[in-house]
Amino acid sequence: MKAARGLAPMNHLTDQPIDTEALVARATSPEAGAVVLFLGTTREMTGGRQTVALDYEAYHEMAEQKLAGLEAEARERWPLVQCMIVHRLGRVPVGEASVAIVVSAPHRREAFDAGQWLIDTLKRDVPIWKREQWADGSTEWVHPGLTQKTD
Amino acid sequence: MRVRVKLFAVARESAGQGDVEIAVPDGATVAQLRQALAAAVPALADVLPHALLAVDAQFADDTTIVTEQSELALIPPVSGG
Repeated sequence: MKAARGLAPMNHLTDQPIDTEALVARATSPEAGAVVLFLGTTREMTGGRQTVALDYEAYHEMAEQKLAGLEAEARERWPLVQCMIVHRLGRVPVGEASVAIVVSAPHRREAFDAGQWLIDTLKRDVPIWKREQWADGSTEWVHPGLTQKTD
Repeated sequence: MRVRVKLFAVARESAGQGDVEIAVPDGATVAQLRQALAAAVPALADVLPHALLAVDAQFADDTTIVTEQSELALIPPVSGG
């Protein structure tokens, strides 16, 4: 399924599967010698418990602003050719991507560094939350420092 | 004055609603807003000490002034990605 609306400028949030091929295609450029794609995906086992899916929600207006701000800051800090973040909301089944970060740069070092900084900062600062949908039917919001969960 | 605070994730579920309207003194700070939230919505007691407040979609500190026109949101520890 294509998620074209997730690729539009200033639209970092989508309720559709993330079209990673389209993101990589947009980041690929004659100016870039490196394209780094990071995907955050739903992991089946956490702390010995089985997950069916993660459900994501966001404070939309603020999350959009924050994600646009992260892209702008990354472009200031590193000489990037392209830099895009897309986060999926709603239900994300095991193995599917909840977030994609694509960075291209003339050389690999700045592409890796920028990508790492973007996902680390996103996980710390952007108002998006996930809820574990456990295989036993129970659910649990993930709030680092509040629920003792680390990821 | 009366203000409305958006709730998300465990805060939304604990309160059983996506936002709450509460009374705060005119010219209240975020610290006073926290006190008013705790008093008005006891279900938020566990999450409030760990949550940030956002005023007009910006993280605020305890001295930030809120108005009736402010867009207010309670931000529990985030877990995107």
